[in-house]
Amino acid sequence: MIETNTAAAGTAPFAFTPENQAEARSILARYPKGREHSAALPLLDLAQRQQGYVDRSAMEAVAGLTGLAPIRILEVATFYTMFRHAPVGEHHFEVCTNISCWLRGSDEVLRALRDELGLDPGGKSDDGKFSVQECECLGACVNAPAVRVGDHYFEDLTYDNTVALIRKLRAGEKVVLGSQTGRVGSANAAGATALAGRAS
Amino acid sequence: MPKLTIDGIPVEAPEGATVLQAAELAGIEIPRFCYHERLSIAGNCRMCLVEVKPGPPKPAASCALPVCEGMEVFTNSEMARAARKGTIEFMLVNHPLDCPICDQGGECDLQDETVLYGEAASRFREDKHAFADKDLGPLINTRFTRCIHCTRCVRFCDEIAGVPALGMIGRGSSCEIMPWEEGVLQTELAGNLVDVCPVGSLTNRPFAFRARSWELTKTDSIDIMDAMGSSVRIDSRSNEVLRILPRLNDAVNEEWIGDRSRHFIDGLLERRLDTPWARVTRGAALRSVSWEKALEILRERVEALGDAPKVGVIAGDQTDLETLTAAKDLCAALGSPNMDCRQDGARLDASVRAGYLFNATIEGLDQADAILLIGSDPRKEAPVLNARIFRRVRNGQAAVARIGVPTDLTYPVTELGNTPGEALAALRAGTHPFAEVLRSAKHPVIIVGQGALRREDGAAVLNAARDLADALGVVREGWNGFSVLHTAAGRVGGLDLGFVPGKDGLDAGAMVQALGSGSLDVLILLGADEFDTSALANRSTRDALVVYIGSHGDAGAAVADIVLPGSAWTEKTATWVSMEGRVQRTLRAVSAPGAAVEDWVAVARVARALGHALPFSSVEDVRARMAAINPLLGTLWTLTPAPWGAPFGTEGAVSAEPFTPAVPNYYMTCPISRASRTMAACVEALSGTEDERTGTDG
Ligand code: SF4
Ligand code: FES
Ligand code: FES
Repeated sequence: MIETNTAAAGTAPFAFTPENQAEARSILARYPKGREHSAALPLLDLAQRQQGYVDRSAMEAVAGLTGLAPIRILEVATFYTMFRHAPVGEHHFEVCTNISCWLRGSDEVLRALRDELGLDPGGKSDDGKFSVQECECLGACVNAPAVRVGDHYFEDLTYDNTVALIRKLRAGEKVVLGSQTGRVGSANAAGATALAGRAS
Repeated sequence: MPKLTIDGIPVEAPEGATVLQAAELAGIEIPRFCYHERLSIAGNCRMCLVEVKPGPPKPAASCALPVCEGMEVFTNSEMARAARKGTIEFMLVNHPLDCPICDQGGECDLQDETVLYGEAASRFREDKHAFADKDLGPLINTRFTRCIHCTRCVRFCDEIAGVPALGMIGRGSSCEIMPWEEGVLQTELAGNLVDVCPVGSLTNRPFAFRARSWELTKTDSIDIMDAMGSSVRIDSRSNEVLRILPRLNDAVNEEWIGDRSRHFIDGLLERRLDTPWARVTRGAALRSVSWEKALEILRERVEALGDAPKVGVIAGDQTDLETLTAAKDLCAALGSPNMDCRQDGARLDASVRAGYLFNATIEGLDQADAILLIGSDPRKEAPVLNARIFRRVRNGQAAVARIGVPTDLTYPVTELGNTPGEALAALRAGTHPFAEVLRSAKHPVIIVGQGALRREDGAAVLNAARDLADALGVVREGWNGFSVLHTAAGRVGGLDLGFVPGKDGLDAGAMVQALGSGSLDVLILLGADEFDTSALANRSTRDALVVYIGSHGDAGAAVADIVLPGSAWTEKTATWVSMEGRVQRTLRAVSAPGAAVEDWVAVARVARALGHALPFSSVEDVRARMAAINPLLGTLWTLTPAPWGAPFGTEGAVSAEPFTPAVPNYYMTCPISRASRTMAACVEALSGTEDERTGTDG
């Protein structure tokens, strides 16, 4: 959880890179004049993409651009679990533990992470390659349990395929995105059953 | 106006009113936590759930539900009661139930509602969620485990104080109230947070664990710490003032007071003059003496000065009208024209009442649409009044411009610069666009601060402001927007009474000089400490005498030869006139310490010692005399608009010399607040943040 007083002493204050400054301007321009407040979320996302996390210094930068008080930025940045307030691993596992995923075995996913990486939610590996976090519903309930790593979703996870996924990521191998069981779209896991058996 | 029934009672409520407000009209109180009359509607606590027909078959939050024609509302049905029970149960899930050690106990909304709707036992078996306390400065204690997340405090900061300092961060059961910066809240209205918090999450820090609310004697009084004349309640026990709270007064302070007005109280116990002091001869040390002895020394030393000693009186910022009346009569008896209630040298003109009143009235600011500040910083001089201006600006209803020091007023201001002569001329000539803003406004206001008047050319500034008001139509049929913002509670009363130099009389500055140079023999200071007393300390020529009457041993008493103990305003029933011209009376809450007396009595004793006994046998006599001098002073509580027309101020050039702030340090403006440790802690907390405010904190 974020602490009140500013980022650890010695860390340089956050500043958008020149490219991102241009990007920030174009984000701001998407909103009508006087509604720049609405740019807070995309700007926070931009800051997180640049720095890997949003600390108070980054929040101040976003506050400055949107004309909002920094505390308002702190409120949204802590409301959405997708924003992180400290550096995370290269592969940051956001494990959904909401109802659908939990019923479909998110505990197994967490167990796989613990066994393979020795990490519990909130943990980060010493080599900085992996970190784990629990998150709210990812909106992928149809293929539960689901995990988000960076910008990608991995679905239909089991203990075994989670372990396999971790190993591949560690080895830098190519991974399959989306369903890990080869399910296409959100088709029934038991195969096509609807209308099956009916005379055509 | 939609008609509806609430619990069977037919009600007609204004369009746009909520069900909760309509119920209030019908005299039905619906329990609530997050709803607060003066804050925006959040609808997040769910305590106000009621049953409504027609509508979905579930309870509705009455604080956020607008009334409709034909609605039927049930505030006490099975469904409504069950809903409240559920809400309370959820609220208590993470609440520590530590009422026995909570300062809010006895005046806590959660406690009251739990008595009504709570269960005897909890069904919750898990661990409670606990939160760390935050440092919100010297005035507020936090106990965030008790927080019910109503966000009243967040909304108060945003919408009333104008400083978005607090937020609710996190989500779900991890929600907590968080300041962006710990250590201090950058507002002069912080104390009000304790009043808006419905539970014991934010409590009064200096008052912590001092008393239970039911042990306190409550005295309705008027605040004298600034010139607004806010309604307050003094809570005391065993002759000690323990707490001050605002009272509801829509015309003046609504339900807020500034931090100095609330938290100066420990200053009432420090540096008190509880016995007379005197220097037997010139240059001798001050010695504590009896009243008889003090008055005897006074008489002897004055007699030594010759037959007809020249006497002058300077009144301080908190001097009540009874004292001023006695002092004025003393001057009359002595044939002295030397009296002044403007110790700071403000060039206020006592001859025209409209020239020194806040004519727009404080409530009138709710209509103001264009405001020009001349040498005034309302945030420091009258923070509660500033909150009204902030509200207008925030709602986009008023534009504000300023001639003066560019300080943060919590709202955007058009700066006209701090070169008074030039800026006033530009407005007068219409070359600055704000002149047109004022001219075309429906209810324009010009606020003249003491910073503009306490200078050589103060009278010329006053005149120029008046001229501008006429030229731009600031005073028109049914509206007088010319308003002088005062910082001294006793000032308007003094001017109403004519406590200013008579013919050939000396003003405050001249009296101080004259005493130094030998043309004045006796100078009486009525709680006057806010001027440069070094001229009095260093007077070398003769045996001229300084007599100080007041409550605290401050700058004035230090240079005095005779010090007579008076009462602080919480210790007397006395009359003051607010800056709008409202004559108001305080009510004595505690008695003055030791041998201290009401100040008018001290003046009467001095008069007798000088051989001019005043014809007053009781305070009623003094009040009768006061009303005889100015009949307006006999009408309490009401406002009498002052007629406009007569010229005031003096024509002349306004210099380019910048205005200086009238209140450089909000927390210390008088002997009482200077004696207060709490006020000192506020100053320290604020100075700390300013030092750190480099880097990214900006
Ligand atoms: S601290 Fe008090 S006012 Fe603020 S959210 Fe909590 S209960 Fe409400
Ligand atoms: S519950 Fe996991 S994705 Fe919705
Ligand atoms: S008072 Fe209506 S939801 Fe809080």
